[in-house]
Amino acid sequence: MDAFIHQVFVGLANGSLYASLALALVMIYRSTGMVNFAQGEMAMVSTYIALSLIQAGFSYWTAFFLTVALSFVAGMAIERFVIRPVSHASELSVVTVFIGLLLIFNSIAGWIWGYSIQQFPSPFSKFSFLANPYLSLHQVGAVGMTLCVLILLYVFFRFTKMGLAMRGTTDNGVSSRLVGIPVSRMLGIGWGLAAAIGAVVGMMVAPSLFLDPNMMVGLLLYAFAGALLGGISNPLGAVAGGFIVGVIEDLLGVYIDNELRFTAAMVLIVCVLLFKPAGIWGKHTVKRV
Amino acid sequence: MQMNILAMRPARNRKLLLIQSAFVLTAFVLPLLIAPYQVFQWTLIASYAVALLGLNLLMGYSGQISLGHGAFYAIGAYVSGILIDHYGVPYIWTIPAAAGVGMAFGFLFGLPTVKLENLYLALATFGLAVAVPQLLKYKAFEDWTGGFQGITISKPEVPFGLPITQDQWLYYVSLVVALLMFALVHNLLRGRMGRAIVAVRDHPVAASAMGVNVVVLKALTFGVSAMYLAVAGALSTIAMQYVSPDSFAMFLSITLLVGVVIGGLGTLSGALFGAVLIGFLPNFAEQISKSAPGAVYGFLLIAFLFVMPSGVAGGLKILLSRVFKTNSKHSAISTQETK
Amino acid sequence: MKSTHPLMLPAVVLCLSLASTAALAEKKYDTGASDTEILVGNTAPYSGPASAYQIIATSMAAYFDKVNAEGGVNGRKIKFISLDDGYNPPKTVEQTRKLVEQEKVLFMSGGIGTGSQLAVQKYMNTSKVPQLFVGSGQSRFAQPKEYPWSMGFNPNYATEGLAIGRYIAATKPDAKIAVIVPSDDAGKDYMRGFKEGVANSKRAQIVAEATYSTADATIDSQLTAFKAAGADTFFNECTPKFAAQGIAKAYDIGWKPMMILPTVSSSIASVIKPAGVEKAVGVVAPAYLKDPGSKEWENDKAMQAWRVWMAKYNTKVNPNDPLAVQGYVVAELTLEVIKRAGDNLTRENIMKQASSLKDLQLSLLLPGIQINTTPDDYRIIRKFRFQRFDGSSWQLFGSLVGD
Repeated sequence: MDAFIHQVFVGLANGSLYASLALALVMIYRSTGMVNFAQGEMAMVSTYIALSLIQAGFSYWTAFFLTVALSFVAGMAIERFVIRPVSHASELSVVTVFIGLLLIFNSIAGWIWGYSIQQFPSPFSKFSFLANPYLSLHQVGAVGMTLCVLILLYVFFRFTKMGLAMRGTTDNGVSSRLVGIPVSRMLGIGWGLAAAIGAVVGMMVAPSLFLDPNMMVGLLLYAFAGALLGGISNPLGAVAGGFIVGVIEDLLGVYIDNELRFTAAMVLIVCVLLFKPAGIWGKHTVKRV
Repeated sequence: MQMNILAMRPARNRKLLLIQSAFVLTAFVLPLLIAPYQVFQWTLIASYAVALLGLNLLMGYSGQISLGHGAFYAIGAYVSGILIDHYGVPYIWTIPAAAGVGMAFGFLFGLPTVKLENLYLALATFGLAVAVPQLLKYKAFEDWTGGFQGITISKPEVPFGLPITQDQWLYYVSLVVALLMFALVHNLLRGRMGRAIVAVRDHPVAASAMGVNVVVLKALTFGVSAMYLAVAGALSTIAMQYVSPDSFAMFLSITLLVGVVIGGLGTLSGALFGAVLIGFLPNFAEQISKSAPGAVYGFLLIAFLFVMPSGVAGGLKILLSRVFKTNSKHSAISTQETK
Repeated sequence: MKSTHPLMLPAVVLCLSLASTAALAEKKYDTGASDTEILVGNTAPYSGPASAYQIIATSMAAYFDKVNAEGGVNGRKIKFISLDDGYNPPKTVEQTRKLVEQEKVLFMSGGIGTGSQLAVQKYMNTSKVPQLFVGSGQSRFAQPKEYPWSMGFNPNYATEGLAIGRYIAATKPDAKIAVIVPSDDAGKDYMRGFKEGVANSKRAQIVAEATYSTADATIDSQLTAFKAAGADTFFNECTPKFAAQGIAKAYDIGWKPMMILPTVSSSIASVIKPAGVEKAVGVVAPAYLKDPGSKEWENDKAMQAWRVWMAKYNTKVNPNDPLAVQGYVVAELTLEVIKRAGDNLTRENIMKQASSLKDLQLSLLLPGIQINTTPDDYRIIRKFRFQRFDGSSWQLFGSLVGD
């Protein structure tokens, strides 16, 4: 039984990685209506920038907030200069642009910082009061950070004017413009926030996974699955989805076959989606004819 | 473009036919003029063109998305490899065999999943793309698939004593198959099924009200597109004489997606342009930067889309419409735009 | 006819033998070799998921730069042409064919990626072009009967696994072993050899075995299961990133087994430092190359010469990266083969020289390790020495093991 509990916690720890990236995906989806496949790579580059700042002498938290701010600006810039010119084209063209971004970030990161893994510090390693037999100090801290970001996002969308404006933008761009919402600006801010969240995700993930250009590649699919499973339009659902995916995937690996773990998890998720097409906690939109 | 042949005036029709004939002629003469490894390159491009025809059918005309069609390419490639290696089936018959298996798998995969909305279908197909290479390596299937080492077959001999090299023969085989597949999908789209597919894409509710079984049609489309991918995979096995799980990683599905979009969604010529681009763009990127070719490749992709958001086929159409002014009236009839 | 001069016959014989000696002494070239240069081809993943390994190829290029700067070999310069294959077998086929058929290289050396190189193996053998020093320990690169033109550089995975298994059986006969390998070719071979070696001790048992995939985020799950199974010995056969995770995670969950790493993941700079040096104290690994991150070689002349070369010719690479050492050694080996071919620069002779190396010592191989190849045994590296990590450096111990 004890072994089982340990495995569940391992699944939750992995799940928190998926859940946090899922949050970034939700952010970009809520604000632009698209899923940015390059989100992971952007997060990875942000993490490298943070590492460079730390190595240049900045303290962890200074580097942390500086990176988040820089990532916000970069996200807005990408929206303005890379995404907006193709936004009128088909959805698939935009997806292709995401793929192009993914390749660019991945390759540039390797070119600048090399491909060997690097250690990334954790701010939680001193918090010994968090010690427990199941999760490392950092993992507890990372879960906590994920929940913080989640609460912030929830509050933002539900209770702030800008959050409301952003929801309007994705729901109905034309009507939003008519009521005076600067749609383009909202998109830019949406991208900026997603990039900022991504930076946080990267910095939480790197201490466990070690930083290298391919650090986030393995997470993307699980984060995507978790977000869709829980409901891509619902931050809380997406986070829950991420944790669920982590636990399922882990238990399947231990109790069925490690090599079929991924396939089994995907089959399970797709089955759930067939019954709940918008995710477990997602909103099902009814199409008007 | 091809869908409008009936609506066009005979003069335009003749022009198009001329261009197409010129192209086919060039394609037949090409291998006699270029180096052997380039013949090999173009053989693979023929395989990609077939793949992109299939993916285009799914994404351009049927409006569904797939991030994982590489899986069907892999299935076709392995069917061919296994039949040749384990059962001694002549390579030419493995192509229709792969087509059949691909169609079956595609239809079966499509039946449950086409009900999913695009984003979710993207996830399911993404999952498929990652799962299939893992399944190919799985120990239970190892006796068939050769596991990680894959399957190696011998290079097909030139039959009937024709005075061409093996590379050229393989090229011609691929070319003929590609032309057949092109004709097939062309006829499909012109017919009732083609109209039904587009109707379902544009107005599923209306189409359903008109009596079209949306789910079955979408699944059939999925199946047909998978069939194309499987044929393309079989061609690649024959061209390379080697099949292994490494060749079918996620990257393949992404490359195919990129190829369809850059080539031109919703056009058949787009498949050719896309195939040429995905065949040669990486080499071009490497010339520009040895140490970060991925970045150059990504940059070129984005640049392409900036300049030609509807792909090369779309860009060419705009260019040609400026050159041949008579086109402007007919472009309104065209159903190029895809969602 | 009776009027032949009595000296005619000996004269003819003399002339013939002189002529044949002259023929032997004259230069023989296959495509890719000339009086002034020798073309060597290579494919490596400069893009794609395995781009980390491009360093081997760039280091090889840097080595040949130095050789050319110092006058070349036997009066000829080496032109090393390396193309990107993105770790994608169809691309490897295309680029290899381009190198052989268009660039017309004499032979290929240092090709990276098991899957990629397997894809072109048949082609190379049918075309009779040497496929030398492939960066893979797959057994098919050491099968001279089936593939006489292919020779691998990396130690055979099964051989290495065997050495490690034997080491455990010898030093810890009661071991309760946990082993993790990647779910790929190399992993399978490692596991096979490892189990064979462990079987040397009847009391040693493998209490837990697992695989992982490079698509996984972590191997935490497997490690937790290992600890729960009560293993006290751990063969951490992972690629660098996951090996580092293994080291760090085991420490974090309070599991302190005797840990063994494979050669590919035993770098101090790339694996142990990121994991945390304090977490890796006592880790054991087999080795055949000198680790630049290890203090042991600080005063070693060969290592110092290597550092000079790094600073001058290979500046873009991390000065402690073991992949740069591997590239250097493979290039050095290639040079040796070319040197020995002399003026007989045919593909056949290149292959002949590569398969008749006797007691060859290269500067960055561990002391005592020599290269021996014969036409029946193509394994370049078959011997190892074991080393233990003491918190800051590797310490060699014991004697040479292996086949």
